[in-house]
Amino acid sequence: MKRKRYSSRDEVSAYARQRNDSEASETQDVEERLNNLIMKIGEKSTATLESNLLALSKVLHSDMTEHKDEILGILADCVVEMPEKGTVYSTLVGLINANSYSVGGEMLELLLRRLKTCMQDQQWESSRCIVRFISDLVNCHVLSAASLLAFLKVWIDMANTEAITSQVYRDMLVYYVMSSIPWVGRALYEKKERDFIILLKSIRFYLNGRSKEHLKILRVWSTNEPHAQEDYLDCLWSQIEHLENNDWMEASIIRPYEAFDSILCEALQHTLPNFTLPSYNDNVIYPVPKVVFRLFDYTDVPHDGPVLPGAHAVERYIIEEQLSYIIDLLYLDKKGCATALSEFTCRSRAPINYLIVEVIFSKLFELPKNKRIEIFYSTLLIELCKLQPSSFPLVLAQATELLFERLDNMEVTCVVRFATWFSHHLSNFQFRWCWDDWITDAECNDKDTKKSRFLKEVLIRCMKLSYHQRVIDFTPDSLEKYRPPQPKPQFDYSDNELSKKLVAAIKGKVGPEEIIDILEETPSTMEGIEEKDICEHNKLQVFVSTLLNLGSKSISHSLAALTKFHEVLRALADSEESQLCILNAVHNLWRNNEQMISLIIDKLVKIQIIDATTITSWIFSEEMEANFTCFYVWDVLHTTINRVEQQVANLNERYIQGKKNRNSFNLLEDVSIHDIPTSGQLKEFEDELETGKTNLKNLFLIIFQRFIICLGEHLSESDLDQENHLTPWYCWAIGRLKEIFQLYQPVIQIYSKTLEELIFTSEVDSKIVDIFYQFLSLQS
Amino acid sequence: MSSAPKRRRLNNNQVSSVSQYRDQHFKGSRQDQDRLLNQTTTLYVGNLSFYTTEEQIHELFSRCGDVKRIIMGLDKVRRTPCGFCFVEYYTREDSENAMRYVNGTRLDERVVRTDWDAGFKEGRQYGRGKSGGQVRDEYRTDYDSGRGGYGKIMQQKMQTQSTMNS
Repeated sequence: MKRKRYSSRDEVSAYARQRNDSEASETQDVEERLNNLIMKIGEKSTATLESNLLALSKVLHSDMTEHKDEILGILADCVVEMPEKGTVYSTLVGLINANSYSVGGEMLELLLRRLKTCMQDQQWESSRCIVRFISDLVNCHVLSAASLLAFLKVWIDMANTEAITSQVYRDMLVYYVMSSIPWVGRALYEKKERDFIILLKSIRFYLNGRSKEHLKILRVWSTNEPHAQEDYLDCLWSQIEHLENNDWMEASIIRPYEAFDSILCEALQHTLPNFTLPSYNDNVIYPVPKVVFRLFDYTDVPHDGPVLPGAHAVERYIIEEQLSYIIDLLYLDKKGCATALSEFTCRSRAPINYLIVEVIFSKLFELPKNKRIEIFYSTLLIELCKLQPSSFPLVLAQATELLFERLDNMEVTCVVRFATWFSHHLSNFQFRWCWDDWITDAECNDKDTKKSRFLKEVLIRCMKLSYHQRVIDFTPDSLEKYRPPQPKPQFDYSDNELSKKLVAAIKGKVGPEEIIDILEETPSTMEGIEEKDICEHNKLQVFVSTLLNLGSKSISHSLAALTKFHEVLRALADSEESQLCILNAVHNLWRNNEQMISLIIDKLVKIQIIDATTITSWIFSEEMEANFTCFYVWDVLHTTINRVEQQVANLNERYIQGKKNRNSFNLLEDVSIHDIPTSGQLKEFEDELETGKTNLKNLFLIIFQRFIICLGEHLSESDLDQENHLTPWYCWAIGRLKEIFQLYQPVIQIYSKTLEELIFTSEVDSKIVDIFYQFLSLQS
Repeated sequence: MSSAPKRRRLNNNQVSSVSQYRDQHFKGSRQDQDRLLNQTTTLYVGNLSFYTTEEQIHELFSRCGDVKRIIMGLDKVRRTPCGFCFVEYYTREDSENAMRYVNGTRLDERVVRTDWDAGFKEGRQYGRGKSGGQVRDEYRTDYDSGRGGYGKIMQQKMQTQSTMNS
């Protein structure tokens, strides 16, 4: 359905065709021209939108006989690809319909076909755009109000069918209808008030019966102060009520069709053909619910400028919605996206930059997971600052202040995203910031509160993007205790005899066998140490530290050192204890440089020296207790989980491809004989895939077990001592547990039954089990 | 012939198309080169400061995905960083993200430029300028403290001038 942008190769072949077949090329030229015209309509122009629309509708009318399919196709594409110009296209369809009733009907049929495919392909946002567009066609006299109400009723009735238990599915149906109402509410009220009120009643009936369990795992802020953390449907409902109180009049949507009322009201209106909704399907992943993110209210905005619409004003929804579309759709082009946002206009005056910042942060902090890669939002904000240097940075700085002020109530995984974004942003603007304002705030706090941890983590990231002295230079001395240490290796074995021997051997370019020999030759009992195990581990630590210290010049040197002595490490890391010993050695040497710790450990996992489960044991070990709230520790865990996930994905791919090639061989298709696995091999692929899946599952089970143990200990201890369990440590720990659920939701979903039966049982403290049930609500 | 029409914004994916620049030392036909450029996961990164380290580059580029390796560009004579590097990713998608999002942003206060590269070959880590660094640093006439001051030729001229004056 999607049309590819013509690449240069297409252009060349088009050119070649043109030479051979001038008639065909003429057709193509016309279609390209039409495409350009339709795409561009509603964008900045010297003429008025109305005259452009009228002119375009005339052009389309004259080309309709020959290029009807193409024109309708382009229009239908624009509906989902440029929804913020929806009313422009609905006007155009209205004008087309006024000219030719039958073409208007074909357009409606096409839209319904598209809606069906979009829903089949789980293109939820596109489906929603189409439903709204169809609704808007009532305003353009293409569709009768009665027919639209009947169409919308199908969705709401399905949602109110008690036999369907899936709330995510029902929510989706109701949401589509609700999000169309701001566009068409007035027309329905004027033309079919009674039926419209019945529809609204059944929406309210549905909303009253919903569970809100998901709110807790999706909210960015833990309190409702200063802004309520509302479920998206509840918030939209309040906004719709606000609209109702204004007699269904709103002042934000640009409605070009109003200017053409005299033409449009002459047109005949269609009745939609019957539409069957796709029924609930267990295998489909429906959109997860949302919590509305709020950062600003009218008091935050300059008093001499336009007023920010309140949280329950329908204007807020309409503007946010359109800004949100622009960001979601132009994510491949940060510059174009920034320009489109800056040029966004709506009918009512509103402090657009405040709304843009709020919407971008709502996407950066979106839970359970970001829709797009974080750096997109980060560079989009940079582009906006560059585009509007005198106004945008001020709003952004104000937002940053508010976010910092409210950090104590921010969800842990969002604190991490905040620090990651802010450091990157600063690195693009000479690290200029009024740090002084933040010091007093952080200082009066315990060392592990979110504010002080955030400050530390931001400075560490700033250092990683620049250098140590730079951080010293741009921070005031009063921030001294938040500055990271010099990221140099801390080698404790410079006087150690074994280490000296190893240095000489490694520099003398010996092979792995010699290294093993040296380690074995070293007496098994050392001075002061009796136990053999401890001694062996000591030797291992000396070796790992020495090797990495020799390679400490850069990342490449360090990783090359590991690759070179891969076999030695493999031979020595034969148990979880010895693997832990290697991890501690790495950590000890690089204790002041978390980047090196993360990269070296990742390499050790990749070359299969360290098992993923050992990483989990290590993070929850006594040795790491002091670092438990440091961000890098969790980066290590996430990288490890991603590695195991990737392995499973690779094994899956190999098995699927192998199976496919075997089948196609039977069909004598064009597959190289080398790519066809024997049935034995295929069985092997399948077994390895199963093992991979089991490993991944076990990894998650172990992670959850560890969390339950350490959180459980904390809870029972604070119970015994009659202290409040809500310490900073607890907030970090429970937040990290939530983060696992948030980030890996689709994978963990598969294990819910096992988790319910084996891990999150009734014996576990309810504060911990609650998180699991909140998680389950995301797909229930 | 008119320029390519700007069809569907969704597909307006400029980064996957290849820029005008072609490595003149590439061994193989132009088609081979273009084919490689359209599949590669390696980026050339330019306009770096001589002081920018592999660690900094890693920190920035890993925000776009899993970095496989970084090869620092070195001065052919001095074997010190000379302001460029190659960043290789595991997947095309991650490298496209770097082209989209890192290109044009700052590292060490300098605007970083990224371009597709057909893939690292031994020897390419060295500057191709006469004096050992990158060619652009031979002819540059401005003063750039992050890239060794004036361009090499300017430096020589200024040196001869000052010896003549003394």
